[in-house]
Amino acid sequence: MAQGVWTIAEQREGEFRKITYEVVSEGRRLADALGQELVAVVLGSNMKDKAGELAQYGADKIIVADDPRLEPYTTDAYTAVLAQVVMEGDPAILLLGASAQGKDLSARLSARLGVAMAQDCTAFSIEDGNLVATRPIYAGKAYAKVTYVNSLPQMATARPNVMAINEPDTSRSAEVVDAAFNLDDAELKTKVVDIIKDEAGKIDLTEADKIVSGGRGMKGPENFKILEELAEVIGAAVGASRSAVDAGWRPHSDQVGQTGKVVSPNLYIACGISGAIQHLAGMSTSKVIVAINKDPDAPIFQKADYGVVADLFDVVPALTEEVKKYIQE
Amino acid sequence: MNIIVCLKQVPDTETQIKIAPDGKSIVTDDIKWIMNPYDEFGVEEALRIKEKFGGEVTVVSLGPKRVTETIRTALAMGADKGILITDDALEGSDSLAVAKALAAAIKDLEYDLIFTGQRGIDEDQGLVGPSLAEMLGIPHVSLVVKVEVAEDGKSVKVERPVEGQTLVIESPLPALLTAQKGLNEPRYASLPGIMKAKKKPLEEKSLADLGLDPSEFGEGARKLKILEITPPPERKAGKIIEGETPQEKAAELARLLHEEAKVI
Ligand SMILES: Cc1cc2nc3c(=O)[nH]c(=O)nc-3n(C[C@H](O)[C@H](O)[C@H](O)COP(=O)(O)OP(=O)(O)OC[C@H]3O[C@@H](n4cnc5c(N)ncnc54)[C@H](O)[C@@H]3O)c2cc1C
Ligand SMILES: Nc1ncnc2c1ncn2[C@@H]1O[C@H](COP(=O)(O)O)[C@@H](O)[C@H]1O
Repeated sequence: MAQGVWTIAEQREGEFRKITYEVVSEGRRLADALGQELVAVVLGSNMKDKAGELAQYGADKIIVADDPRLEPYTTDAYTAVLAQVVMEGDPAILLLGASAQGKDLSARLSARLGVAMAQDCTAFSIEDGNLVATRPIYAGKAYAKVTYVNSLPQMATARPNVMAINEPDTSRSAEVVDAAFNLDDAELKTKVVDIIKDEAGKIDLTEADKIVSGGRGMKGPENFKILEELAEVIGAAVGASRSAVDAGWRPHSDQVGQTGKVVSPNLYIACGISGAIQHLAGMSTSKVIVAINKDPDAPIFQKADYGVVADLFDVVPALTEEVKKYIQE
Repeated sequence: MNIIVCLKQVPDTETQIKIAPDGKSIVTDDIKWIMNPYDEFGVEEALRIKEKFGGEVTVVSLGPKRVTETIRTALAMGADKGILITDDALEGSDSLAVAKALAAAIKDLEYDLIFTGQRGIDEDQGLVGPSLAEMLGIPHVSLVVKVEVAEDGKSVKVERPVEGQTLVIESPLPALLTAQKGLNEPRYASLPGIMKAKKKPLEEKSLADLGLDPSEFGEGARKLKILEITPPPERKAGKIIEGETPQEKAAELARLLHEEAKVI
């Protein structure tokens, strides 16, 4: 019988991504609810020493698939290895992060295993011994609670920034074992031929703890400088509405909304954004929303925890100065 | 170069989602249906590749009869022919079943490249593309924003942005790519395009036509079962920050973010 909760770690160049700690921590909670073991699976090259660290976040056992062909990530190699390891281990639950990598891998792997997958979940629970996942649909205009029928392992990905990370317990340790797998070069069709890094220090929107976004009210690309200055001070990423992106002021990857990135930061500051339904859909799960807009009737104010009715060109630079006081404390 | 584009019909982004009395589905009566925006990027890219290499663009969609309209839109943009997989038994199918039916319809076609959207903006799953590639036994790359088919038409080089970096990936053809915003600016259908689309071939296929067993599809065969659909949690009414001047408002906002919201 399928047993245990398995989590797939995500690493890049030998370092675990934050989502890994989120997924392992959530996995621990589910394993406790089931009274079963938590396994973390680590794929990569020379990850064995690093892998042990996941015990501190709750893993009881760590399976390491070590192969130079597992760095960097490719769908082909990871799917081939994981399909074998998962079939052999027969877990009840298989949890990944809903990062670009996790979404890609989970989609292909679920089809190879022939099982159901719930993408980008914001909550999990165990009901009658089964996994129940909550996932925003229509970019957050509704929430669906789903479960699995005749489908093991029960697969899901967890939305970044949502699952709380356990306080590392340095007294915990776990058995680290080698995965048994065959990886045939003939299966490796896609190849990473180059990696172009974003400018240093740029935080990705989906991972950002805070976001400062600008819309058409910014009036031009040069004015985003004031948002970047605020973002720099509070440690935020800079996002944009589709209008700002379509005007060519910001790159496509900065768009927040139903047809852009769906984000859940702790703090979202919308500047000169009216709050169209497609924009709100992408950011309404943010914990604290601030709107700065000169139109008191802008729909964004209906979603905002704090609204400032004023000209953003006055408020934003002043806010940057004001927050410095608290950050230096 | 023969290219297949998978199209999903989804509710217009303006749609306010209303939950049906069963609490497990949404009310579809007043919905305006559109082509999934990510599929528009797929159609556009397919047309551009065809313009360079020649060949045919076939659009494939699975859904009720109303989906014909979305297929016609793609034909009006310039696609050559359409296939609609439609069968009452498909109603309520999950992503795995949809991919299975699409694979059955596509496997005997000649193709070098398949496009799907990176995700449907309805259920936000993003499963059908990679699942379809798996079932067809071809490689896929998801979230592509740049596609360059090699001169010999045997491989493709794509760009895939992930958190903090962009991967440049090469794949042999045939392959499946999932389209992401930034790939291109989709064209609008021209009036002559719309006229021509009416005469383009649009074939309908049932599960029986595809040699599939209806009991493996539809609501009853779902492996991912919907227990409940609920409205998003209410956000409590917010505060409008008081102050005589923008400076005062900024100071008060900073104070609240620090002391009350504790995010700064
Ligand atoms: C299929 C489809 C998909 C879409 N997807 C998305 C999406 O993913 N994301 C998205 O954002 N949009 C999306 N949209 C677009 C959306 O409908 C809106 O058009 C867009 O969000 C508006 O952007 P905006 O708020 O920046 O601009 P506007 O609506 O023009 O609002 C600008 C705001 O700035 C304020 N302002 C102006 N000057 C100042 C100033 N000096 N100080 C303070 N405030 C000022 C104005 O009062 C106004 O409220 C989509 C649309 C469609 C049809
Ligand atoms: N019913 C369908 N018919 C055709 N293509 C589909 C269908 N469902 C999903 N797809 C394709 O798969 C992509 C991702 O959809 P999804 O996995 O449902 O989020 C869509 O953008 C389409 O290209």
